[in-house]
Order: sequence, then C-alpha cells, then structure tokens
Amino acid sequence: METGVVILIGLFFTVAVYLMLSQQLVRMLLGIAILGNAVNMLIFTNGRLIREVPPLIPENLYSPDVVTANPLPQALVLTAIVISFSFFAFLLVLAFRAYQELGTDGVNEMRLAEPEDDQTPPQGY
Amino acid sequence: MAGSSVSVDLSQAMATAPVAAGDWLVVAPSLITILGGSLCLMLRKNTDLQPKVGIGFLGLLVLANLALLIRVLDHGVITMVMGSWLPPFGIAFTVDTLGAMLSLIGSVVAFCAGVFGAATIDNTGRRYGFYPFLLLLMTGVCGAFLTGDIFNLYVWFEVLLISSYGLLVLGNDRIQLDGAVKYGVLNLVGTNLFLIGTGMLYGIFGTLNMADLAQKVAALEDPASGTLATVAALYFLAFAMKAAAFPVNFWLPASYHTPNVVVSAVFAGLLTKVGVYALIRVFVLILPASRGYLSDVISLVAIGTLLTGALGALAQSEVRRLLGYLVIAGIGSMLAGLAVGSTLAISGAIFYAVHSIIVMTALYMAAGVMEMMGGSYDLRKLGGLYQKSAAFAAVFLALAFAVSGLPPFSGFWPKVMLVDAAFSDGRVWLGTAILVSGFLTTLAMGRIWIFAFWRGGPEGTPDGQTAPVTAGTAVSEAQLSGGAVWLPLGILTALVIYFGLQPEWMLELSTQGASGLVEPLGYLRSVFGVQG
Repeated sequence: METGVVILIGLFFTVAVYLMLSQQLVRMLLGIAILGNAVNMLIFTNGRLIREVPPLIPENLYSPDVVTANPLPQALVLTAIVISFSFFAFLLVLAFRAYQELGTDGVNEMRLAEPEDDQTPPQGY
Repeated sequence: MAGSSVSVDLSQAMATAPVAAGDWLVVAPSLITILGGSLCLMLRKNTDLQPKVGIGFLGLLVLANLALLIRVLDHGVITMVMGSWLPPFGIAFTVDTLGAMLSLIGSVVAFCAGVFGAATIDNTGRRYGFYPFLLLLMTGVCGAFLTGDIFNLYVWFEVLLISSYGLLVLGNDRIQLDGAVKYGVLNLVGTNLFLIGTGMLYGIFGTLNMADLAQKVAALEDPASGTLATVAALYFLAFAMKAAAFPVNFWLPASYHTPNVVVSAVFAGLLTKVGVYALIRVFVLILPASRGYLSDVISLVAIGTLLTGALGALAQSEVRRLLGYLVIAGIGSMLAGLAVGSTLAISGAIFYAVHSIIVMTALYMAAGVMEMMGGSYDLRKLGGLYQKSAAFAAVFLALAFAVSGLPPFSGFWPKVMLVDAAFSDGRVWLGTAILVSGFLTTLAMGRIWIFAFWRGGPEGTPDGQTAPVTAGTAVSEAQLSGGAVWLPLGILTALVIYFGLQPEWMLELSTQGASGLVEPLGYLRSVFGVQG
C-alpha cells in the first residue's frame, strides 16, 4: 500500500517540477498546486498508512486497544492544505493582474522591474 | 478494565503547575501583534487614527520583547506549551537568548518602519492596510524567532509570507506586480521544500519538537547519513531560498526595489534574516552532524553569495537595487559563520544578523530620504545632497561605513569575528571572500556617496560647480519637514554607532546565544526538565 502511494507521490513531484520549469505563468501555478498536493500526500504517508480504524478510545480505557490510524499527520496536512490553498488563490489573482497590466504571462517577457536595456552606473563625472 | 471513576494522573501528560506570570511574555509578541493587526484592520477607513494605533502596538511589542529578553537573561531558556500538554506532545514555544534577541531587534526595526510609514504611506496605502500587514508580518517574524516546534516554524513562515505579499503589492503599480510574481512563486516553492523536509523528519522520528528532535538525532549511531542527509539538503535549499543565498537569490533583486521604500526597508531588515535564523536553528541545534557534513557546500554557497552580492551592487545605478544586492552580500557573511560552525563563528553570524537587520533597514530609509531630497533613485540624477543637508550626509556616511564593515561602526566587530573564525578553521578562501566582499561594498557605497552627496549636482553639472538643488515636490517637502522621517533614521543610526563603539553587550549576548545552540543543555532542560 505504502509503495503504491510513494510511486504516486513521485509521479506528482515529476509533473509538478515539469510544469514549474515552464515559461508560462499559468503552467507554473498549476505546477505549484500539484506540488502542494504532492507534499501533503508525502506528509500523510510519512505518518504510516496503517489501518482505516479511527483513533477513538473506548469509553473505559485510557489508550486505544487496537492499532489505529495516526491522527497527527491529518492535522498537519489540514494546516498545510489551508495554507497552500490560500496562497494558490492569491497567486492566481496576482498572475491575472500581472497579465492584465504587463500584457504577457511569459516569465521571460516580464522585465519591467529589471529592464533589459539597463545602463551601467556612471564611471565618473 | 479500569472504571471511569478511577482518578487519572494527569501530571504524566500535562503541565499541572500554573504558568509563572512572567512566562506569559513568551506568547505576548504574537498576541500583541495579532490584536493590533485586527484593530488596525477594523480602523481601515480611519486613516488618521490607524498610524497612531499601529505605532502604539509596535511600541508595546518592543517593550514586551525587551521584557522577554531580560527574563531570558535572568532565568535561562523559557518554555511554554500550548494547552498545557507536556512536550513533545504539546506545541512548545521555547525562547532562548538568540530568539529573544532577534525578536527584540526585529520589533525595534518594525517600530521604526511604522513611524517612517506615517510619513511615506499615503491615505490610499493606509486604507489598503499597511499597518495591519506590518503588524501581522511581525506576528510571523516574532513567532518564527520564539517557537520551539518545527512545524510551527513553518506556519509562522507562512504567516509572515502572506503578510509580505500584501505589503509588496500595496499600491498596485505595474512594476510591483512584476516583482511580486517572482517573489511570490519562488518563496512559495521554498516553503514547500521546507514542508517536505519537515514531513520526512516526522516520518523518521515521529516528533516535531525541536528539543526532542535534537535529542533523537544525537542518539543516532550515524547522525549524518541516509534519509537525514536528504532532509538536511532540503532544509538547506529551502532556507537558502528564504535567505536569498547564491544561486537561489534571483527573487530578491527582482522585487525589493518595487514597493514603497519603507516596505523595502522592513523586508531588507527582517525577511532574509528569518531564513538565516532558521538555518542556524536547524543546523546547529537539530542537525549538527549534517552541518559538519555539508560545511564545504555551505562554504561554497557563502563565497558565491558574498561575491554575487558585492559585484551585483557595483553594477547598479539605482540606489534601491544596489542596496538589494548588499542585503545578499550580508547574507553571505552569516552563511560563512554557519559554514565554520564554531561558537565564535556562530556568534559572529548572530551579531552580523543583528547588525544587518538594523543597517539595511536604515539604508533603505536613507534611500527614501535621498529620493525625497533629490527627486530620484538614479545615481545619474542625484547630486548636491551634501549642500542640502550635511547632517543627513553624515548619517549616510556612518551607515555606508557600517555596511562595508569599517570601524568604528557596528559592521566591524562581527566581521572581525567571522574572518578570525574562518582563518583559524583553515578556510582561507572563505575569510578572503568576506574581506573582498567588504572591499567591493566599500566601493559601491563610495560611489553613492560621490555621486549623490559629494558632487555639486546631477549629471551635466560642470565639475567644481554647484547646481541649485531642485526644490522637491510639495509632497516630499512635507514628508521631510515632519519628525516621522528623521526619528526612525536617527534611532537606527544611533544603534549602529552604539554597537560600533560599545560592542561588549552585543558580543556577550551573541556568544550566549551561540553557545546555547552549540551545547543545548539549557534548551533541552527547559523543554523537558521542569515537570518531567
């Protein structure tokens, strides 16, 4: 089970890296979204995929009597999902605004902050 | 089976003793900034009241951090756990000298930026939320400095990152959107790498508490091998991206000159240093064996960062872009300390971080004042500022000397420590790179001095003559006439001079911070010893 998931995570990372190497901002953002999901699955798998038993403690015991799923990675992943989702939303809006203002979504053409025809500093006066 | 009526010994899992009143200071910085940020958000439309509230809360933050540092110096490392669950189960805030000191300096810088922003941020910027973003940025920065849990560190990183996005696009200029795209994408990739490393660390050890991790790593037979080497490499890449180290520094020169100058000042002071702090915390406290294993790589990265920063600065004619490269050069010096790794080197890196936080913020503010006086950030169009204000020229000269590492200012002492540590460790190239980088920085700063201050007027003014300095616009004259510009610049310059003339205090603090990381007994005892 874990081996299968690990291979899937590897595929996710491959796709994410491939997309992020693109010159189109939209593809890069898709790559980032997939990267976030790959990381979430990686954390989840690192908590060991044991059983589908919920981590509930029977009423008269102090610890669960059978091996249960690990609840901590779920909490971590939940945090990471919220964060990566909000960042992705922000970056989407930012990319759209940049496309509106700069008229391009190719990262090589975005040279407004660092112009190509930059002058060298004055040598003397 | 035990009945539910049997009493449970809670002290095995929970802290039963009430938290000492002074220990609440540990969470005070985060609480103050979140409260202040929310209040400023509610006052969004009240552009007159908002700066007062914002600056008031930032002042409160400085006081809380000062009290926290004093308490840490008196009582040693302080730990507070959320929900009273004993570590490693509860999320721990563990404050040592290093964290408290950086948190204090960071809040001083933020306070100065809040005051400076009262002059440079117009009503539109206030309505768009300069003060809420600044306060929430400080939540992230202080949280990152004070937390004792590595996943929590990730969360604080994201808090400060999302606030910095808000500050970066404040004003919505075309150039800002361009810079923000590069800043946003690369920093998000960096935090994802950090998260991968954290997930793997959890998979290996089943814990996220830094002190617990440090113990478990130290107990391994070969603490630098196997999966841990991967984790260490991921952490190094992730934090190097955050710190803008060579060769992953491209986002910084692309974005730091685009926002309002006070935003650049805060970013230059704080953001990259949080990355350096995370590097020091992770590699000296948690993964010391991996640091030794990676030290040659770190050394190369440091040399590359020192030289790209200084050479990049020499190639710029725009003052803010030049300063952006100097931020990178400073990061190289701190990485040099991490590469050597002795107590002397680490304390040099910590001292340098404090110096760099102050001086880079002050320099960006000075660049803002240059623009208000001379009407441009371009070295070709500046000139004659010495005639306009000799006092400001003196302030700039002090800052220029400090950032180049010349005595008698604050940059000199940490550089001496770092060069000394590098040479005595046999890393001749590293020590030489620090010195060469300092020399090139002196040239770049000297160029600003000659062109903007010393010569008579902008390009085209005949040599030896003085062009009448063009009167600034009504807006910039009004900004300059108030104290809101000069007070923060004065405070920061005074700190630069004070740390240069009286370095003993900072030396002692940074040595204490470094030895607390190299031999983390006090740290571990604070987390586990009290109730356990």
